[in-house]
Amino acid sequence: MQAQTLYEKLWSSHVVHVEDDGTALIYIDRHLVHEVTSPQAFEGLKLAGRKPWRVDSIVATADHNTPTDHWEQGILDPVSRQQVETLDSNIREVGALAYFPFKDERQGIVHVIGPENGATLPGMTVVCGDSHTSTHGAFACLAHGIGTSEVEHVMATQCLLQKKSRTMLIRVEGQLGAGVTAKDVVLAIIGRIGTAGGTGYAIEFGGSAIRSLSMEGRMTICNMAIEAGARAGLVAVDDQTVAYLKDRPFSPKGEQWDRAVAYWRTLHSDAGAVFDSVVELNAAEIKPQVTWGTSPEMVAPIDGIVPDPSLEKDPVKREGMERALQYMGLNPRTPIKDIAIDKVFIGSCTNSRIEDLRAAAFVARGRRKADNVRLVLVVPGSGLVKRQAEAEGLDKIFEAAGFEWREPGCSMCLAMNADRLEPGERCASTSNRNFEGRQGAGGRTHLVSPAMAAAAAIAGRFADVRELA
Amino acid sequence: MNPFRKLDGLVAPMDRANVDTDAIIPKQFLKSIKRSGFGPNLFDEWRYLDVGQPGQDNTHRPRNPDFVLNQPRYQGAQILLTRDNFGCGSSREHAPWALEDFGFRVLIGPSFADIFFNNCFKNGLLPIKLDADQVEWLFTQCLGTEGYRLSVDLEAQTITRPDGTVIPFNVDPFRRECLLNGWDDIGLTLRHADKIREYEARRRIEQPWLFA
Repeated sequence: MQAQTLYEKLWSSHVVHVEDDGTALIYIDRHLVHEVTSPQAFEGLKLAGRKPWRVDSIVATADHNTPTDHWEQGILDPVSRQQVETLDSNIREVGALAYFPFKDERQGIVHVIGPENGATLPGMTVVCGDSHTSTHGAFACLAHGIGTSEVEHVMATQCLLQKKSRTMLIRVEGQLGAGVTAKDVVLAIIGRIGTAGGTGYAIEFGGSAIRSLSMEGRMTICNMAIEAGARAGLVAVDDQTVAYLKDRPFSPKGEQWDRAVAYWRTLHSDAGAVFDSVVELNAAEIKPQVTWGTSPEMVAPIDGIVPDPSLEKDPVKREGMERALQYMGLNPRTPIKDIAIDKVFIGSCTNSRIEDLRAAAFVARGRRKADNVRLVLVVPGSGLVKRQAEAEGLDKIFEAAGFEWREPGCSMCLAMNADRLEPGERCASTSNRNFEGRQGAGGRTHLVSPAMAAAAAIAGRFADVRELA
Repeated sequence: MNPFRKLDGLVAPMDRANVDTDAIIPKQFLKSIKRSGFGPNLFDEWRYLDVGQPGQDNTHRPRNPDFVLNQPRYQGAQILLTRDNFGCGSSREHAPWALEDFGFRVLIGPSFADIFFNNCFKNGLLPIKLDADQVEWLFTQCLGTEGYRLSVDLEAQTITRPDGTVIPFNVDPFRRECLLNGWDDIGLTLRHADKIREYEARRRIEQPWLFA
């Protein structure tokens, strides 16, 4: 048989039907649901008198609107509360394999709870009305975000209409330097290929540097595949994947576990498989990264400077850079390390897992946030992550450093709840998007790793985590 | 879904690359549980000088006179010229809902983000990809000609310029059929219900752990 890429294996094992023009009907194994992109889908289903095809494919939680403090007060914003209550009542009516409502101990960001409960398994197709569904590709799932009409379509038919993507391999070989993390790798990748570099592709991340990453790190990389324009990111199954999934609540057990693992072991690109595009990076050359603009591709190493738009030849790009610098309140050629910050956000589906919190705590231990930093928000990805962090005493380290330790949720990654930047405030954030207004109207976001975010909190400006003694 | 066949419409230029869906419709408006009413908040942060809130009356909010869609010459535009990677970022379908509710039916640009592109077709909105130089030319014409209009014919897959010259474009045949007829995807898919059941039955045997 012809050598296949991982993507091709996942694709061909899910095709139910193909139209003449190649549009395929793809079967969906796991449907993750949250409160923001599902109400119109449930309503559409009801209006059409349709029933969900397979309720036990649904795993649901409330994450975008939920507050991260004073849970005893409930959700104060009536519009947010209505959206969360709508999810409650929809799931009550329709059912689900699992529902982790607001305040449940296993509630959390949908892309954190799927894997940690073993609801995301290799070989699955995973969808969610959320672009960061690409996260789950770290488990060799074909996972991507969908719109609300597609949420309704999956509920009604268990399938999705799809065109096959092209395949891209991003190979990162070599050893990452100390203090350089998965976040730096993916920001460096986006800096290289651009925010539209992966459009139309499913990206497989490979090479020794990717294999050396934990599952948490691989999730961080796949999470931001969408920031490179690719709906789906993928990493092949290896021992770490299998070890991570063992004994998770929804992982297969007993004889089924053995059968599943045997199958999962086939989920890698075959030797000699051909990709439509290949990009190579040298891990040793990657430094801690900081974005300076309003698109994730506007990124520089910590020892770099804000670029000068006047040197850019492409007029559309130049104008984009000028607009970004104006929005960000930055001058060309400013050293990244000279940029002072007002707030820090450690959290989001990109960087809120236990490893991320450990990395931030490692930097914060025995130190104190700088006086000019008004708020350092640490928001765990889920109730389980929170519990684990507290068991390790990370919360105490954060609090001693003057950081705030909060309840789980999406929080200031997109600022749908009360956690947000005020106009003009500058934030070192471990989230995934530095778009205008993303963390609050007029807010200025710089994307960094958890260790770099903690270092910025301590220094009051961007600092090279590798230089912290 | 409303079918789309032909449109002769006024063109507005959105002259910036990487316009993300957060810009198209900011997060606070995503708290709505409805599919309609997003038009007044399309490009909210660029269009108004204050910060908008859901449920607010937008008629008296201060408008940004520099924002392209606030300029008198583009009032009533139904076709939006866009730059590279339009619709990137969040998968929120509220973005095409807002564009459609505002009055746009056609987007013309060199490239669109995948999820956004897909979402447009589910809402009677036609995104057309053209070569970068053709888009550049349309921008020049549109910016230089007050009342610049284009005529779009999905069946023929053509854009006709005011001087009568024709630009051909391509849309996937399946999507084109759905849009021309305003078909409901779900209804189409359910014609294959037997195939879905067969596939499912086979998978239950091959990979029973997926159905636990």
